[in-house]
Amino acid sequence: MPPTGMNRILWLVVKLAAALAMAATGYAIFFVAPDEQTMHAIQRIFYIHVASAWTAGVAFLVVALAGVLYLVKRQPRFDWLGVAAAETGVTFTSIVLITGPIWAKPIWGIWWTWDARLTLTFVLWLMYIAYLLLRSLVEDPQRRSVVCAVYGIFAFADVPLVYFSIQWWRTQHPQPVIGGGQGSGLDPTMWRVLLFTWAAVSLLFALMTRQRYRLEAARHETEVLRQELEDRKESPAAASRA
Amino acid sequence: MASQTEIVRVASAPASSAPLWRGAWAIFSKEVRTEFRTRELLTTTAVFALMVVFLFSFSFDPTREESRRFGPGLLWIAILFAGTLMLEPSFLREQANETLAALRLAPIQPCAILVGKTMANFLFLAITEALLLPAFAVFYDVRLWPELPGILLALALGTLGIVVPGTIFAAVTAHARMREMLLPLLLFPVLISVLIPGTEATVALLADPPEWPSLWLKLLAGADVIYLVAAYLLFDSVLEE
Repeated sequence: MPPTGMNRILWLVVKLAAALAMAATGYAIFFVAPDEQTMHAIQRIFYIHVASAWTAGVAFLVVALAGVLYLVKRQPRFDWLGVAAAETGVTFTSIVLITGPIWAKPIWGIWWTWDARLTLTFVLWLMYIAYLLLRSLVEDPQRRSVVCAVYGIFAFADVPLVYFSIQWWRTQHPQPVIGGGQGSGLDPTMWRVLLFTWAAVSLLFALMTRQRYRLEAARHETEVLRQELEDRKESPAAASRA
Repeated sequence: MASQTEIVRVASAPASSAPLWRGAWAIFSKEVRTEFRTRELLTTTAVFALMVVFLFSFSFDPTREESRRFGPGLLWIAILFAGTLMLEPSFLREQANETLAALRLAPIQPCAILVGKTMANFLFLAITEALLLPAFAVFYDVRLWPELPGILLALALGTLGIVVPGTIFAAVTAHARMREMLLPLLLFPVLISVLIPGTEATVALLADPPEWPSLWLKLLAGADVIYLVAAYLLFDSVLEE
């Protein structure tokens, strides 16, 4: 159902706001945020990196909640929300996994280390790619929704377990490089830029998820219409009565 | 068609008086009987697991010290691979003659189907491990005997942790295309929470001197509890048509 009138204008405003916010983020990162003492310019990737990571976490939480809501209420819209959030979540996780090594190489001297958070991010990425694969490989729409809801919930419930496993596994072995530092005392301006970036990225995430949600809704509608058309072809009498 | 007579026997009792364990037991014994008539699954999986352990020794050519460090990881990976391979058919087998629909019609709690199948898968994987463990000890020159109770405990907890989500995911993928490829893709990232504590527990037990890995065993037990709760909450949806 396409939005009409006021609604449409409202969404246009939101979209413009998101575009402006993203542009402002670029400005804030390069001109407002202070230079980091040891890492200098490369540290500025931190804002996008961390904001994307937080947003991805929110996205996967949404997938799990949408799964629960779908199983309880059985309304297809929760399934649409689930897939929309999973896709945007994977997108933002990919951003984290790409910006991470770009930042790590000049600072740590290596592209990748099996540090707890890195590993967890990678596992999450694998899990939700598997979720999307599962979605594309189950044909029956009803079944697909149920199956994806089940996997989405299971995967999310597994996250703390994976986290603790990796955390303790890592503290058992000596680390070649430890990032550390960053959390321990961030400059207030850096905090503000980070939170602003996060807000902008979250807005972008919400818009992308909504767009994907509407695509899924339109697909569903097309499917229903096509089904109806086929039914009519098979039994013209019944259709004319209706 | 032993499975059908079994179901009929359960069915003859009034539905309300069929408690969970009876239905689960009926499904379990049906699975076990089907398997022990053909022994297809166990033979294939056991040979596959042995092959994995065997092949690893070529790719590493480990010394005694190295095999103490890497061996447990190889063992757990072999178990994980074998488990995935064996979980695959547990619902696929029902598809050939649409027997899952019959199971669902049986006057047992729907949960019993999953519980019974999970129990059967646990037994099958445990048998595979029992065959794998001596071979592992021989190939990698690891002395398992003194630490056997701890290793068996870790294996039991880990096997439950593999089998519970595994059976659920096998049911979930039964209707998907390319399901043979899909199950490991779904299962492996989730089972990192079994692979890491299982491996670390075994490493600690095989270390010189051995340590009691209470943290890792607790983590394995925690994973089992979370999986069981999730399975309990989700089983209804998993089996619906």
